[in-house]
Amino acid sequence: MEITLQHYLTVGAMLFTIGVFGIFVNRKNVIIILMSIELILLAVNINFVAFSAYLNDVQGQIMAMFVLTVAAAEAAIGLAILVTFFRNRGDIAVDDASVMKG
Amino acid sequence: MLQGIAFYLLASVAVLGALMVVTAKNPVHSVLWLILAFFSSAGLFVLLGAEFLAMLLVVVYVGAVAVLFLFVVMMLDVDFVKLRGGYARYLPLAMIVAGILLAEMIIISLAVVSGGAAANAVGPVAATPDMTNVEAIGRVLYTDYVYIFQASGIVLLIAMIGAIVLTLRHKPNIKRQDVSRQVGRDAKKAMEVKSVATGAGVTPEDLV
Repeated sequence: MEITLQHYLTVGAMLFTIGVFGIFVNRKNVIIILMSIELILLAVNINFVAFSAYLNDVQGQIMAMFVLTVAAAEAAIGLAILVTFFRNRGDIAVDDASVMKG
Repeated sequence: MLQGIAFYLLASVAVLGALMVVTAKNPVHSVLWLILAFFSSAGLFVLLGAEFLAMLLVVVYVGAVAVLFLFVVMMLDVDFVKLRGGYARYLPLAMIVAGILLAEMIIISLAVVSGGAAANAVGPVAATPDMTNVEAIGRVLYTDYVYIFQASGIVLLIAMIGAIVLTLRHKPNIKRQDVSRQVGRDAKKAMEVKSVATGAGVTPEDLV
């Protein structure tokens, strides 16, 4: 039962797919959409680290660190926008958010 | 053998947690499943020999991002049942897209591993056998990637300022400390001597 690179890439692919699936089925709930984006970024990180380990190169882990940084910043900004949106509208249903339609 | 068991356990828990994140009815439960998924992924990172990133994942995600999500979910007074409308309507489309995406990515990864860029991949080895994972990352991060490292610091700074600017609001009728006014105050401005007629007393009008 040897664990190969293929195994890790498959886990990453499954997590990525679940993230995309979550965005599709929870189109109104922006909190779940943000969590799905976090899952997608986690899948990317798993791929980075798996390639880094199997190709014997530490640069993949550096990239995963930068992805982690951007993901944290994105979560903070996204939730701040969400709180502002809720204060203005009293609701977070994003499917009818068309204030900027012009 | 033990490594295989650990991998399959952690991977299946991570995938199960991710599935529950997107299907749970209560967003609070979603956040808790997200924590489980991230924790299992940190375990996978340890299996791959990336201990530093595993600890970073636990600290940053479980310690900060998940708690932030939990705060926001619990703070907002939202009818989450109403937000689940259209779940069944989008399910078939989502299944099709997700199925195609998964098949594509698995085929790509098979091709990459069996004859592509990662064909000569060896087992999961420590990237540099003579030093620890943290030391190896530090040696590269502070030399080759120092500018990108600084740039990521700026990204975090801007995110912090942006979050404060977006959520801070100044309510009227709130007394705030004004340091320059406090310092600029002296006895001449603060006090006034009024002459009161003997025997007449003080009326409220005199004090204005």
